[in-house]
Amino acid sequence: MFPSQFDYHRAASVAEAVELLSSLPDAKLVAGGHSLIPAMKLRAAQPSALVDIGRIPGLSDVSRDGDSLVIGALATHAAVADSAAVRGGCPMLAETAAAIGDIQVRNRGTIGGSLAHADPGADYPAAMLALGAEVTAVGAGGERTIAASDFFVDILTTALADNEVITSVRVPCAAGGAYLKHRHPASSYAVVGVAACVGMDGGNVGSCAIGINGVTGKAVLADAAAAALCGGPADADRIAAAAARVGDAFDEPLGDLYASGEFRAHLAGVYTKRALALAAERAG
Amino acid sequence: MGRYVGTSVKRVEDPRFIQGKGRYVANIQFPDMVYVAIKRSPEAHARITRIDTSAAAAMDGVVAVFTGQDFKDGGCGSLPCGWLVPDTKVPDRPIVVTDRVCHVGDSVAVVAARTPYIAADAVEAIEVDYEPLPTVVDARGAMDEGAPLVHAEIEDNVSYHWALGDQEACDKAFAEADEVVEVELVNQRLIPTAMEPRAAAAQWDAASEEMTVWTTSQNPHPIRLLLSAFTLGIPESKLRVISPDVGGGFGSKIFHYPEEVIVPWVAREVGRPARWVATRTESQMTDSQGRDHVTVAKLAMTSDGAFTGLDVETWANQGAYLSTFAPLIPTALYITLLSGNYKMPGVFGKVHGTLTNTVPVDAYRGAGRPEAAYLVERLVDLAATRLGRDPLDLRRQNAIPKEDFPYQTPVAFLYDSGDYDRLMTTAADRADYAGMRQAQAEARAEGKLRGVGVVCCIEASGPAPSAVAGSLGSAVGFWESGEVRVHPTGQVSVFTGSHAHGQGHETTLAQVVADELGVPIESVEVVHGDTGRVNFGMGTYGSRSACVGGSALVRSAEKVRAKVLRIGAHLLEAAEEDVVYDRDTGRVHVKGSPDSGKDFGELAFAAYTAHNLPEGMEPGLDFVSFYDPANFTFPASSHICEVEVCSDTWEVRILRYVAVDDVGKVINPMIVEGQLQGGIVQGVGQALTEIGAYSDDGQLLSGTLLEYAVPRADLLPGIEVDRIETPSPHNPLGVKGAGEMGTIAATPVVANAVLDALAPLGVTHIELPLTPERIWRAVQAAGNGA
Repeated sequence: MFPSQFDYHRAASVAEAVELLSSLPDAKLVAGGHSLIPAMKLRAAQPSALVDIGRIPGLSDVSRDGDSLVIGALATHAAVADSAAVRGGCPMLAETAAAIGDIQVRNRGTIGGSLAHADPGADYPAAMLALGAEVTAVGAGGERTIAASDFFVDILTTALADNEVITSVRVPCAAGGAYLKHRHPASSYAVVGVAACVGMDGGNVGSCAIGINGVTGKAVLADAAAAALCGGPADADRIAAAAARVGDAFDEPLGDLYASGEFRAHLAGVYTKRALALAAERAG
Repeated sequence: MGRYVGTSVKRVEDPRFIQGKGRYVANIQFPDMVYVAIKRSPEAHARITRIDTSAAAAMDGVVAVFTGQDFKDGGCGSLPCGWLVPDTKVPDRPIVVTDRVCHVGDSVAVVAARTPYIAADAVEAIEVDYEPLPTVVDARGAMDEGAPLVHAEIEDNVSYHWALGDQEACDKAFAEADEVVEVELVNQRLIPTAMEPRAAAAQWDAASEEMTVWTTSQNPHPIRLLLSAFTLGIPESKLRVISPDVGGGFGSKIFHYPEEVIVPWVAREVGRPARWVATRTESQMTDSQGRDHVTVAKLAMTSDGAFTGLDVETWANQGAYLSTFAPLIPTALYITLLSGNYKMPGVFGKVHGTLTNTVPVDAYRGAGRPEAAYLVERLVDLAATRLGRDPLDLRRQNAIPKEDFPYQTPVAFLYDSGDYDRLMTTAADRADYAGMRQAQAEARAEGKLRGVGVVCCIEASGPAPSAVAGSLGSAVGFWESGEVRVHPTGQVSVFTGSHAHGQGHETTLAQVVADELGVPIESVEVVHGDTGRVNFGMGTYGSRSACVGGSALVRSAEKVRAKVLRIGAHLLEAAEEDVVYDRDTGRVHVKGSPDSGKDFGELAFAAYTAHNLPEGMEPGLDFVSFYDPANFTFPASSHICEVEVCSDTWEVRILRYVAVDDVGKVINPMIVEGQLQGGIVQGVGQALTEIGAYSDDGQLLSGTLLEYAVPRADLLPGIEVDRIETPSPHNPLGVKGAGEMGTIAATPVVANAVLDALAPLGVTHIELPLTPERIWRAVQAAGNGA
């Protein structure tokens, strides 16, 4: 478990980080290091240089801005899970952060790192999709925002350019949300993770979004299932009918030693049903 | 009972462990030490057509690079197998291969470098060309006609066939049976996961030609013997093997591994101390693995439920080579246990030990006995279902009654003592078994999948009478040595051949000796794990340290007492028969006059001053005993487990776990409870989470802890542990051994509970581990799609 040799740079600012990434070939950003360092120890990742952004000031704030939460890229999962602003404004996001890994991972891992790594079993992506979050990134050409639905491109692949640095994530507040996962017994990654958002309009479901991670290479929105729930009450039968449509969201589910693609698809239905019921209950 | 034995003395080793002051092999450090790293085969079976080490050797900081040929030319012998049943075919197992790899992780080349980072870089720079060969990974498939041969000279991949029991009685039982239940099952491969990975370090003294080897071993003396006689060739008199603090073994650190040869050989070759510490990935692919049986079995019974016969055929996967004790596990530690806790006249079992392109398989906590218990206890539950009987009731009917002990089974063992009915009724009372069944009926009425599992299990521990072991194939004896050295001050050093790697011997063995001598426990120091300090020893495995190692110390302490008594009588000017040794105080005094006596310390001092000893007595107070047990000991257990299976995610939740064990007399109840709890968690891991799996081409699919699910604390509720005690009649402490019973019982009790929960859905069998997907598929196959 000894990584190959690499250079190490500590960036004092986002601009410096972007500059280092632009000038150093095969450089990788490191913040909490909880995805990258294990991969380097297995020599699955062999970057020539690490650019450490972990001590750049101002990137770990978590705050409320109107109807949104703005979460600094360096906010740890523990900080998000414990934040009063997050728990009040978007309980599902706090629930998601609390479901990541174990306490050591949550104390070190950062939201920016998790999103940039885009592991298929990561927990944040489903929530980002369901909540309609926006990722803010700074690159050589300046700052831009990327909608979560455009951000996740493929397995371990995002819309970020090689020299772009995530600085924050803007997450719309939502009361009626729930994130539930089937935890891998070894890795604690999501075998299936379902983030459901439900907004009530009188007695009927006015809006619904369902993000799913773990099943396919990248997190996806289950639009057909979400649409099926809208326009009527969130009763058990309608929730079950909506959850039955969740398979429309993915073609070829991933499989591993613990759970085949077929079983993951089954679990996606089960957890969608549960998450929708919980989200609807929370939506009141 | 003495002052200490039977009480929960706090572990004296814990302060150093919990303060990070333990001294492990990875803490052995010398200024000019080289770090050893090993090139591992990524192929399961391949011919090596080229190895190019030039780039690695040229790297800055690389001290030397060696290939298999270097070790061969340098005098390293192949790794031997220490247990051979009749006609065993033993494949050659070189320290480092020369032309062919036989499993993923096989060692191909060795680097010594200035830092571990450079060593790892150099390993990557070694170029190896492999010409892949066909592979076989399945225990039974290895014997199929046309299956690829792991070793060309070993026909059908069969290392040995072995059988035991009364075949005639068995055939008769089936011919006359009213009912027969059959099962075919897999006892899946497990990967032991000690917290501390294996490691070895070595220092060569060129002047004295003495070699010191530090290794993570459960038995340093046998390792020294094997290094000296087979693999390294340094005389035992010049070879010191030290097993310092070791962070868990579970059997996987019993065996002689290539790295224990590589590291000292490299140290001598480069003239610098050397050290290797396994990465976790290396541990997964090189530590001997456990279990991996395929079994077909049937149980015969009368219509009123009396078991009459058991017929078993097992294919045991031994991996690519025979590990040190590999053939022992599925033979004399498995077939011999098939009688379980039951009276059954016709038990017959045969086993085929097969070779495959997988990591070698050897003892892992329980070793053979969990495989037997899982098989027997599943069959008993199937029998209960067939007969429409309560599984606890059927077990009680067939249990060996306490008045039948010692009980001779049809498969060689003579069970020493036990009370299995009391064991089961104690467990049933403790668990409120009737209440659990009532609650199950209510839960089922609500549509819940609630199950109750019950088992009664047997273990043979405390190996072993040496002559018996020899007759069954052992190349070594299984006695233990124990030395009690009383210093002139009355302080006591205890030297044991047992080795602690988590068990707490420094506490329990001190309890034993302090009570034997009547001295404060604080004045007793236990020394173990160093061939330079302990005269000899066979080490720790098979739950043997208390019954064999502890008994050796009792014998030595008896000798100390006898000499102290003689000195005391002499100094008190009394006849020996007129004085007594007070084991509460360590004082020798005239009978009936406790005040006119001598303290232990005074008498010890007198033994060393030798100014006034009885006529003809030698000075000193130091005794060694070699204790060879008269028999194994036979712990037993009854565990009851209550589970609920979720009817859509198919996850298993354990609601309650009650364990009642009989491990004989208990020296330290807290340590025994800890051993049982830990063992149970490991057994539950096999039942629910652990999958040691290979692809058909021999790739290890569970090669990291991202895939291999070691059980975690949240898998179980609090475990309720209770016990009964039937002392073993044939060792002076009456102890039986507590290290493995939990593991043995836990796997079948959880399996029985889950299958009981699923019974209403028509599911009768699922291979371990009982993961949600496997349960889901079994339910679907039974026609209950969900």
